[in-house]
Amino acid sequence: MAQALARGVLRLERPVYAAGYAAVAGKKEGQGPMGKCFDRVEEDSHFGQETWEQAESRMQQETIYLAMQKAGTKPEDTDLILAGDLINQCTSSTYSLRPFGIPFLGLFGACSTMAEGLAIGSLLLENGAGRRAAAATSSHFSTAERQFRYPLSYGGQRPPSAQWTCTASGAVVLDRETTDAPRIRGVCIGKITDLGVCDANNMGAAMAPAAADTLTRWFQGTGTTPAEYDAIVTGDLGEIGGKLLLDLVMKQGYEIHPKYHDCGVLMFDGDRQDTHAGGSGCGCGGSLLCGHFLPRVKSGEIRRMLFMATGALMSPMLIQQGESIPGIAHLIEIVCGEE
Amino acid sequence: MMEYVWAFLIGGAICAVGQVLIDYTKLTPARILTGYVVAGVLLSGLGLYQPLIDFAGGGATVPLTGFGHLLAEGIRKSVEEKGWLGVFSGGLTASAAGITAAMLFGLAASAIFKPKDK
Amino acid sequence: MEISPELYQDMQDEIAPKSKSYINIPMAFVSGGLICLLGECILNLLTHFGLEQEAASAWTSVTLVFLSALLTGLGWYERIAKHAGAGTLVPITGFANGVTSSAIEARTEGWILGVGAKIFTIAGPVILYGTAASVVYGLCLKLFQMFTA
Repeated sequence: MAQALARGVLRLERPVYAAGYAAVAGKKEGQGPMGKCFDRVEEDSHFGQETWEQAESRMQQETIYLAMQKAGTKPEDTDLILAGDLINQCTSSTYSLRPFGIPFLGLFGACSTMAEGLAIGSLLLENGAGRRAAAATSSHFSTAERQFRYPLSYGGQRPPSAQWTCTASGAVVLDRETTDAPRIRGVCIGKITDLGVCDANNMGAAMAPAAADTLTRWFQGTGTTPAEYDAIVTGDLGEIGGKLLLDLVMKQGYEIHPKYHDCGVLMFDGDRQDTHAGGSGCGCGGSLLCGHFLPRVKSGEIRRMLFMATGALMSPMLIQQGESIPGIAHLIEIVCGEE
Repeated sequence: MMEYVWAFLIGGAICAVGQVLIDYTKLTPARILTGYVVAGVLLSGLGLYQPLIDFAGGGATVPLTGFGHLLAEGIRKSVEEKGWLGVFSGGLTASAAGITAAMLFGLAASAIFKPKDK
Repeated sequence: MEISPELYQDMQDEIAPKSKSYINIPMAFVSGGLICLLGECILNLLTHFGLEQEAASAWTSVTLVFLSALLTGLGWYERIAKHAGAGTLVPITGFANGVTSSAIEARTEGWILGVGAKIFTIAGPVILYGTAASVVYGLCLKLFQMFTA
């Protein structure tokens, strides 16, 4: 049974491992500084499909297959799967998983979905819900642009605070019985936090308070300090959100700067790729966790890390109604090997 | 020759005002465009836009304020010709060519082109 | 966390990146000016060939709308607009881009509820409020006539 150290701060008593993980990304992401870390980079942003929505589903499906392959398992041997995405009714995930026949829980946590899926999956496995569970997420620039912003060929100018939704997907197969794999040891479930940011072109600022709250609660609940971790990683705060997070946790007395990385900042070369404040989307944190960070935990280069995926729980309709954007951030602690 | 220079300068200036609105306010593009058309109707109604067109030609007719002027101008004529009915029919009649072209070419483009990724 | 929205707004203002207006505004001026210049050229060409002012003006609009729709379909308009900003937004070509891009985008949802219903997602407000404003103007004119007659 997981032990609750504080409200929402949980420590896993029995080990759950990330036995296999895979990342698939689009062309632009492949041309970025992290391009080499993906298992596959697809040049055709339609992924051979007719519509953008089908393309995103296809990408997620391939990622899940790859992760299972790398974990040496099959859909039939997976006890449950947790997946979500940005698109209304989480269709990218439901259509991606339609052929698999795996017990499925759909998640919506906006861009925090990767951490949310891993948190729920590892807690369920730890409590005996099965041996293997998969967590997956995806985002696609074109599906997100269509749903949240303007048509693709519309000539608008993106403000400097805007972030670029990554066409990317990440999937992890969790296994209770493997060894020699990155281990999920703790979870911090985020709270909805809203400091009144209304600007849909400034998602990083909307999410940073949630990230600061989750991180502070984790340090307080576990009694650890930033110095004890090799890496503290956020999903897609971008340039602006990242700076705000550093400021906010500093005000709580935690200096995370030397350990801090943000997947949105890592994903693109802002000047060369014209992505403004960085990458965003569920697939941003998801793909870099699976493609960049988990392999480094496995190799021992990173011994102990915190992965915090941040989500802006934004709805265009509520923004039009004048509401602000609530943020959320879920955290998982990943360690290398045994105690 | 000077008419071309003025078309460039006045047209450019009207667009530059739009850029100031984009950079220094939170107005979305749709709001800015709507504002331009309504401003065009207003300026035309006050009799200020026709002199600008006489002076700058395309520099005043091509921006969306010119579209507003077209609507107002249409109303002015039709109210004189048709009375009350003209209040309803004048605006769209005058701007029909532009709107119909946009609809038609938009429709044709959707049949021919596939959306492209950025 | 005890941080008020006001304090957080101050923190944001401190680090907010500024738009590069010293590039954006000249770019909008030049690109918008060029589109208007093109309009003026077409207009003069048409009147030169004997069209009346009003007809030439309408044909100019149709031509610019056509060029905009074509460039939008080819995916070029968006690439120019990224640099031109308001320079490609404010001219009638920007209106046509709004219509065409919405139509192309909605194609996957079918002809009726896709293209048909969504073609005016962006340009609709322009037509609606432009027409409404002109009707208000017409009413003013009419009332003015009645009181002065």
